[in-house]
Amino acid sequence: MVQELGYLKETPSQTAGPYVHIGLTPNFCDIKGVYENDLGTVMVNDKTLGERITVTGRVFDGAGALVRDAVIEIWQADGAGLYNSPSEMRGTADPNFAGWGRCPTRAEDGVFTFNTVKPGRVPFKGGRKMAPHITVWIVARGINIGLHTRMYFPEEAEANKVDPLLLRIEHRERVDTLIAERDGSTYTFDIRLQGDRETVFLDI
Amino acid sequence: MSDLPNRIPETGAFFARDREWHAPAFTPGYKTSVLRSPQRALLSLDGTISEITGPVFGHSVIGELDNDLIHNFAKPGESAIGERIIVHGRVLDERARPVPGALVEFWQANAGGRYRHKKETYLAAIDPNFGGCGRCITDEHGQYAFRTVRPGAYPWPNGVNDWRPAHIHFSIFGHGFSQRLITQMYFEGDPMIWKCPIVGTIPDRRAIEQLIAPLDWGNTIPMDARAYKFDIVLRGRRSTMFENRMEGN
Repeated sequence: MVQELGYLKETPSQTAGPYVHIGLTPNFCDIKGVYENDLGTVMVNDKTLGERITVTGRVFDGAGALVRDAVIEIWQADGAGLYNSPSEMRGTADPNFAGWGRCPTRAEDGVFTFNTVKPGRVPFKGGRKMAPHITVWIVARGINIGLHTRMYFPEEAEANKVDPLLLRIEHRERVDTLIAERDGSTYTFDIRLQGDRETVFLDI
Repeated sequence: MSDLPNRIPETGAFFARDREWHAPAFTPGYKTSVLRSPQRALLSLDGTISEITGPVFGHSVIGELDNDLIHNFAKPGESAIGERIIVHGRVLDERARPVPGALVEFWQANAGGRYRHKKETYLAAIDPNFGGCGRCITDEHGQYAFRTVRPGAYPWPNGVNDWRPAHIHFSIFGHGFSQRLITQMYFEGDPMIWKCPIVGTIPDRRAIEQLIAPLDWGNTIPMDARAYKFDIVLRGRRSTMFENRMEGN
């Protein structure tokens, strides 16, 4: 006999289902008057520090069809590379930037959009910096457990080349699935759930 | 944004997820998963500061009726139709520690099994006094509670004759973004749980049983509402005795 660790098992995930908007973005699906605003729709205000950017994209299934009923959440550091979280011990993040956003893909064209700031660099273990990135989480009908991935920035080629997470991707041609396309201040990050250009998803 | 009580924030990475305990991505009995399931191996690595941190939601975002689905969409003086229930429990982590300040969001069909959603086509009636969403933030003991009506079962297009057992959807934020979880709660004694292809995506019967809320007679309020107790467990995190500092900072 040994002592017991006393750990519990994590509650198993279940799909968010087709009606996820009722719970997460009720105003988006015309349930008005319960919540004043849907959480996560506004990430920046007039005082938010940093370079304003727009992050947009679509989600595709294994047949190349648009996933029009997904909800995307993002989590990122502020412009100076600090997270607005109690677990951030390196300093105090911009109080005008929560760092978290939530957006459904639109039924008509499958597009999600976040108006945010470009995140600063944050450290990996041992202190070397990771390339600037945004953490992305995807749920939808047909997805049994929420999918984690990251968006990186194309103009950060030097930093991306030595990013500890990107370096871990064995099949190098897949690295590009995590790097957005840039057009001015707009970054397009399409997510492919399956197929030849399947996005690299993370068990992290 | 934070209004958590004074406590030392934890900065350890989260325990690796036990992927055998969860449903795999590809579960052909649940047809929509066939084309929405990644086929390549996930890239596994220990959490970084980007996953160890997570947003905090203050109690100020929560409205007075947010945890009362019987009334939060109803006309003044009216209430939703159905069996009145209370759903309550604790949000814990795998170390069995309470998770205070966790945002818990929930959504469900009405008592007839009908969702208020434009994509919903089931012929059961809409309840004009039921919206179907609610939320709350756990207290310092990790506790949450809300009032609602027991949702109805409903048919859905998958197999020829598939029905969802009565269930409530839950979305939970812990303290780190990699604790993010969406799941569904089922009701003790419902024989339909074991016929459901979505429940059936979970390979281990013990894991399924973790989603079934028992009737809580002790917390049932006489002449008012029965109670169901649903505890939720998020990923645990390592103690930081050997890694409480990001080197170089």
